[in-house]
Amino acid sequence: MNKQFDPHKNYEKTRKNIGFVPLKKASLKDWKRIGFMSGLEVHQQLKTSRKLFCRCPAGVYQDHDDFDGEIIRHMRPTLSEMGEYDGTALMEFRTRKEIVYRLNNKTACTYDIDDTPPFKINQEALQYALEISLLSNLNIVGEVHITRKQYLDGSIPTGFQRTAILGVEGDIQLSNKKIRLIQLSIEEDSCREISDIGHTRIYKTDRLGIPLIETVTYPDMLSPYELQEAAEYIRFLNRSTGRVRTGIGTGREDTNVSCRGGTRVEIKGVSHNSWLPLLSHNEAFRQYALLAIKDLLLKKIQNIKIWKITSTELSDNKIETIYPPIHEAIKAGFKVIGVNLPGFQSILSHFTQPGKVFADEITDRLKVIACLEKPNMVYSESFYQKELNLEFPEIRKLLDAGDEDAQIILWGPSEDIPTALETIEERCKMAFEGVPGETRKSFEDGTTIFERVLPGADRMYPDTDSAPIPLADDFIAKLGENLPIPVFKRLQQMQDCGIPEDTHKYLLKKNLLPLIDRICDELGYSQKYIGTFLGHYYRHMEGQKDPHPEFSYNKIYGLFSFLKKKRLDPELAKSMLGILVDHPNMEFNSVLTSLNFRKLKTEALLAPVGFLIEKFREIRRSEEETKTKKWLMGQLRKQAIGNISLREFSHLVEKEINAYNHSKDDNYPD
Amino acid sequence: MNKDFFQGYKGEALKILKKFNVRVWGIAEIDTSRGLFKGTVLPRAENDDDKHIVIKIATGYNIGVATNTIKTIKEIGYLKANYKIPEQEFPFTEHLPNVKLIGTGGTIASRLDYRTGAVIPAFSPGELYGAVPELADICNLDTEKVFAVFSENMGPDQYKQLAIAIGKEIEKGVDGIVIGHGTDTLHHTATALSFMVQNSPVPIILVGSQRSSDRPSSDAALNLMHACYAAGHGDIAEVCVCMFGPTSDEYGFLHRGTRVRKMHSSYRSAFRTLGDTPLATVRVGEVKALKNNFNHRRKDRNVEIYPFFEDRVSMIYFYPHMHSDTIDSLVDLGYKGIIIIGTGLGHVNKELYPAIERAKEKGVAIYMTVQTLWGYVHMFVYETGRELLAMGVIPLENMLPEAAFIKLGWALGQTNDLEKVKKIMLSPVIDEITLREPYNGYLVYQGGVPEVEEFIKKFRK
Ligand SMILES: [Zn+2]
Repeated sequence: MNKQFDPHKNYEKTRKNIGFVPLKKASLKDWKRIGFMSGLEVHQQLKTSRKLFCRCPAGVYQDHDDFDGEIIRHMRPTLSEMGEYDGTALMEFRTRKEIVYRLNNKTACTYDIDDTPPFKINQEALQYALEISLLSNLNIVGEVHITRKQYLDGSIPTGFQRTAILGVEGDIQLSNKKIRLIQLSIEEDSCREISDIGHTRIYKTDRLGIPLIETVTYPDMLSPYELQEAAEYIRFLNRSTGRVRTGIGTGREDTNVSCRGGTRVEIKGVSHNSWLPLLSHNEAFRQYALLAIKDLLLKKIQNIKIWKITSTELSDNKIETIYPPIHEAIKAGFKVIGVNLPGFQSILSHFTQPGKVFADEITDRLKVIACLEKPNMVYSESFYQKELNLEFPEIRKLLDAGDEDAQIILWGPSEDIPTALETIEERCKMAFEGVPGETRKSFEDGTTIFERVLPGADRMYPDTDSAPIPLADDFIAKLGENLPIPVFKRLQQMQDCGIPEDTHKYLLKKNLLPLIDRICDELGYSQKYIGTFLGHYYRHMEGQKDPHPEFSYNKIYGLFSFLKKKRLDPELAKSMLGILVDHPNMEFNSVLTSLNFRKLKTEALLAPVGFLIEKFREIRRSEEETKTKKWLMGQLRKQAIGNISLREFSHLVEKEINAYNHSKDDNYPD
Repeated sequence: MNKDFFQGYKGEALKILKKFNVRVWGIAEIDTSRGLFKGTVLPRAENDDDKHIVIKIATGYNIGVATNTIKTIKEIGYLKANYKIPEQEFPFTEHLPNVKLIGTGGTIASRLDYRTGAVIPAFSPGELYGAVPELADICNLDTEKVFAVFSENMGPDQYKQLAIAIGKEIEKGVDGIVIGHGTDTLHHTATALSFMVQNSPVPIILVGSQRSSDRPSSDAALNLMHACYAAGHGDIAEVCVCMFGPTSDEYGFLHRGTRVRKMHSSYRSAFRTLGDTPLATVRVGEVKALKNNFNHRRKDRNVEIYPFFEDRVSMIYFYPHMHSDTIDSLVDLGYKGIIIIGTGLGHVNKELYPAIERAKEKGVAIYMTVQTLWGYVHMFVYETGRELLAMGVIPLENMLPEAAFIKLGWALGQTNDLEKVKKIMLSPVIDEITLREPYNGYLVYQGGVPEVEEFIKKFRK
């Protein structure tokens, strides 16, 4: 490498070359330019009392250290159809992870650890999932076949997930277009990871086996915001049935993204829909950058077929650095290896994601595949050359490197080094092809890191432990009778009856529309009033503090029903609700008492007007006659709320003021 | 069209496939009252109904389409899959022991037909090398399929065939023998071989798997590695069962063939030694003896093979108010020996006495074992026991019921002289009766007790 090479400049230059635009400044034109495409896999837990294939309770969770026993498994790849190991399979096997499961007797049985065959599928779960399938316009299968989907990361102790398709080829209606659905499946949820350090990965089994559905779309979303809209729509649809769990971790999205000429890359476990635009935008551009890298490499390297890395062990005296991780590695007895990447100068510091470069693709894989904890390498185009104080010219000499080459120094336990070197070479060779198919883990800042090789279609096979389940026409017809109103119709309805738009997402997210319907249909209130009440007032209150655990939306219905029966004005609901969210079991009458509410006739409410007008004249600072009404309303409001609509009352007060003033005029002519 | 075109389809489903000219492995578009379904038509399991057609859709999942919803089917392509396990030559390594793997029909290693879900057994050395390459670091492996019988269908003929095959292999000079076997009757076969193959100079290891080898977390590969290691490198030259110790992927146990029993219908750690400790723990690289009185590996080839078995032997599991005709019918059918599995210390109800006496008169050998599985028959303690002894029922000490059944068949296969049979039955060949029961031979701890819970949390199960 020549000494003038500046990684910072290279990063900026390459970022500019590919025409990267931050999401906030991007427009449809940019996404069209790079050929943005995305699809979704929306996971949603169902609200059942038990797990899907055993009788353990669902939705009971434990802390990391709350376990009764541990077991160990290793996942071994099984051969695929063509007699070859699947890509993921091979990678997972190479990593040789020891998988530890922490079991708690309350939430795991012998089925969960694959020491008992599955029990019959949970009927409650099957019905809920079918209702959602019907609502998603899917063609419902005639017979459900439980299938095994291999997972070698250990997230399921069997090594496969039991899953089954309930419907194919459906659609959802977004504001501007229809999005096609590929399928909806019912499946068992996986374990939650506790840690993954070196060669040991620890899971807990509380979430394992909870019934889950997965809705898969075609890659029809052509902009990051369309992707978000589709994700929200599917979430609202699921919630509209009232059959799904809500709360942290109960719904998760995977999104697959590509740019033109790129590869389907799956970003896993996005827990907030609002993260989707940034993640998908950055991923499409990462792929665009990798394609640019491919073009550069093909120009720089004569024969990619014979391209390979060379490496040499760097003993203590060959390496001079102040970088602490290398010192620690040497102290720990690790091997430190210098690697030469022929022709890779300017590639390692090539832009890939905001703040990330091609070298990050390598270090991420070293962590996952070779189990080398980060930091696991430094490289010749690092932004922190000076801080490292590494003598790369020396290392280049040792490696017999040319001017156009790049170098990596990595360290790790000697038994992991062969895999590490293979991993580096493999990733570099993939750069000649463009974008490797992989699953990536997402971060809040909108960047992603390598998680696994994208598994092939070969990992599905029938579950020989379960019999097929026929779904008769009359059973499906019956489930179809009580479906909720589709989300796109709901959106239209809210628009039509004037419920403010800023409440729509909230009302759908919390599935409050059935409550609004009930209050309005049965008690005669207006949709607009109740919608606004819930979407503005109640939402605000909920944002201030969590309601008492025993508080339910049913209380709100009860409250309006009470007001109706007592012929009280609905405005009283606000102050009453303030008490009810804390004391959900308090009688409505007692709530009124605690508010010091008195039932008064209109005449009684208006009686003090004359006195108050006089009082105001005494205390007012200016001659602002017009402020009289405002002041009076302030004085009388509290007693009036509930007895009469404030609007009506305000009219009456005004009339009363006028009448009073007139009577004065009559009595005391000027 | 040929019958092969409709594998497994019958009745309605077959009629529809024929009507629309669609074959198994045909890529079909099925128009139904529930919408359009597209996929490859798969064979149907024989025992499934005739009202559905199974297809694999593009995403790899299988679904069934109900025949009564089908309007039309169009075959738009055809793709027959042909599956073969990859074969690579099993490498020979000079200094490694030579192990012979004898197949009986169970699958230890296998590969999956991803389309149908059928398990294709891997058995030849090459296939095994493809499935469990680590074996090549343990031994030089040769394989032979003696017969192909499901575990539940194994019987005396197979025991004898196996014993003879083992004898030949030992004479040929192998360093150890591994027998692949289904797990259901693994302990019966292990007992039979313990009697039929005596004084073996090399280990004879029976092995199976509790989770089929098509699943990534299967115990099959590790069991096979453990078995090959114990057979090739271990010093315990006996008939042993080698299966998981804990349910975790940690180590295997070597159980003495006459004292082992399957104690759980599905656990990986289902096999336990009863009334004693296992012989050893096995990891690749180490067979660690837990007992010191075992037969050591020898250089000679002086194995003794006794392939005898009388199959007119039965077992009676006693229950309250059992009628005497249960025994009468066995006697009338010409059974020569009966193992009673009695309650408690070895008891049955009075109602059976006449039948037992009649059986004795007809020359039927009757032996007593216990339902409790742990502990000895003690027929002197209670009157019932003493009465049964007087009638000629012979207590079998702490012999396991299945071991007693196998041994009686083996003894009666050698002689009809009941005195000689008795002598054989009561002279232990290899610990089917032990002189004493060690205090740690009976361990069935109960969960919930604080110290047990502490133990469970600390040590991996
Ligand atoms: Zn369970």
